[in-house]
Amino acid sequence: MADTAGKRTRVLRIGAGASYAGDRVDPATDLAARGSLDYLVYETLAERTIALAQLERLKDPKAGYNELLDDRFYAALPHCRKNGTRIVTNMGAANPRGAAARTAEIIRELALEPMRVGTVLGDDVMEYCLRNRDRLEVMETGVPFASLEGEIVSANAYLGADVIVEALARGADIILTGRVGDCSLFLAPMIHEFGWRMDDWDLLGKGQTGADMVECGANVSGAFFADPGYKDVPDLANLGYPLLEVEADGTIIVTKLEGTGGLINRATCAEQMIYEIHDPANYITPDVVVDFTGVSLEEAGPNRVRITGGRGKPRPERLKVSVGIKQGWIGEGEITYAGLGCVERAKLAEQIVRERLGIGGVDLEELRVDYIGLNSLHGAASLPPAAPPYEVRLRFAGRAKKKRDAVKLVNEVETLVGKGPCSSSLPRKYVREVLAIYSCLIPRAAVRTEVIVEKVGK
Amino acid sequence: MKTFYLREIAHARAGDKGDTNNIGVIAYAPEYYPIILDQVTPERVQAHFKDLVKGPITRYLLPRVNAINLVMERALGGGVTRSLSLDPHGKSYSALILTMRVSVPDEIAARLDRQGRTVLDA
Repeated sequence: MADTAGKRTRVLRIGAGASYAGDRVDPATDLAARGSLDYLVYETLAERTIALAQLERLKDPKAGYNELLDDRFYAALPHCRKNGTRIVTNMGAANPRGAAARTAEIIRELALEPMRVGTVLGDDVMEYCLRNRDRLEVMETGVPFASLEGEIVSANAYLGADVIVEALARGADIILTGRVGDCSLFLAPMIHEFGWRMDDWDLLGKGQTGADMVECGANVSGAFFADPGYKDVPDLANLGYPLLEVEADGTIIVTKLEGTGGLINRATCAEQMIYEIHDPANYITPDVVVDFTGVSLEEAGPNRVRITGGRGKPRPERLKVSVGIKQGWIGEGEITYAGLGCVERAKLAEQIVRERLGIGGVDLEELRVDYIGLNSLHGAASLPPAAPPYEVRLRFAGRAKKKRDAVKLVNEVETLVGKGPCSSSLPRKYVREVLAIYSCLIPRAAVRTEVIVEKVGK
Repeated sequence: MKTFYLREIAHARAGDKGDTNNIGVIAYAPEYYPIILDQVTPERVQAHFKDLVKGPITRYLLPRVNAINLVMERALGGGVTRSLSLDPHGKSYSALILTMRVSVPDEIAARLDRQGRTVLDA
């Protein structure tokens, strides 16, 4: 695959093959097979994913990367190799080296023509954060990290597009990273192919506007959008994942493959553009601060929207870091009551459990009781029910410093089936460790990145 | 003027960052956007969300797409990863905001009526 850095004039096609760790596999394979893609991007890291992956890696040094890497690559790599599609993904999670090693094995097992596998390292800033714990502050609240209880298990900086551009310039066909800004995964191919300058802020802003449209995958093509009778979406079970058609001047069309389900129009694009942003004039990414306020969305055909008017400002001086901290345990217990008087029986059950927690001396930091079917999501802000419900599910959730207190809580809920009010379902109980994520900012100079590119195959 | 749920003139999507929730509210038609600007104010949203939002609410405008962005701080039970809520990300808050009531001029009310949308008691 010849390197074309900075010379491209024709349209660049970038597919979005995933938007979280457990995302569907087949839509990305379809994109790889039929999308005439130049690049296929898999974005698989939510805030907490790397912290969880780090815990896996501590148990098994070979683990800690995306659990579906095998499934995704066995299905897509033959198409990508044949079609000259390069892959950019943060499936490396807490172990990009391990992911690269496994990818090399898959290339050999599939007996593909040689490919270059790139690994991006350096997002892991655990050492820096432990050394500087006394100086770090929680980004949103200014609370010092030193005052947070619990063991730090991971700290990962959001790297920018520059490291991926470096790997592309060195010929990598598949690039595995850990934490990278979600949009940067998509911006890097644009910078590499069109030779955009890393300080052409408006151009980078246009690129990131397109990237933002697809960084949540199918959320722009009809996922998480349907509301029957108001916002209807055809054939959701065969939802097509989106792709970008990018021009050298930063004009971008977002679309999807013919014959797939879902929907792309101004409404889906507007929802996605505003999703998880704060000030739309200052959306901070590692590469550029994006200004969405001038963005226009124009329907250019069925399931085709043209995005123009994105702008940019200089990139931030510091990088955001997500820090994972073990902070105790959460216990959850649930039981359902049905029939006449079900709410009264659930209320009696709540009273019994609260009393039992006192008798048992169960030490909880916070206890929450929900009536599922009435107001469990929105509490006092819920619309009142038109009539008494036929059934209600009672849910207790408690956070405790020690596991044994979370266990005691759920066991008290469990005993409701024999010792509480009549006519309930079987209870269910869950206990899990809390892995809290806090953000902070660190100087760019504190992050040392490294790019490795290796040729693999016959 | 007639009263409708906000759902009849707008759609919404909510997301999270830490303990902050944001909701994009987008008018179905440009004529509906002024109603949203006038009536979906941070003060009214704060009252509508009752004790779910413990911090300030900031409203940003995106007039080219007939949208507002509401950024609500201390709105996710102490943060997505520690929250005891069944909806720690507050993604369902987009449905809650659409239960706000808005007053609509008669001309628009007539159009909504033709679409089969229900008028609420004032």
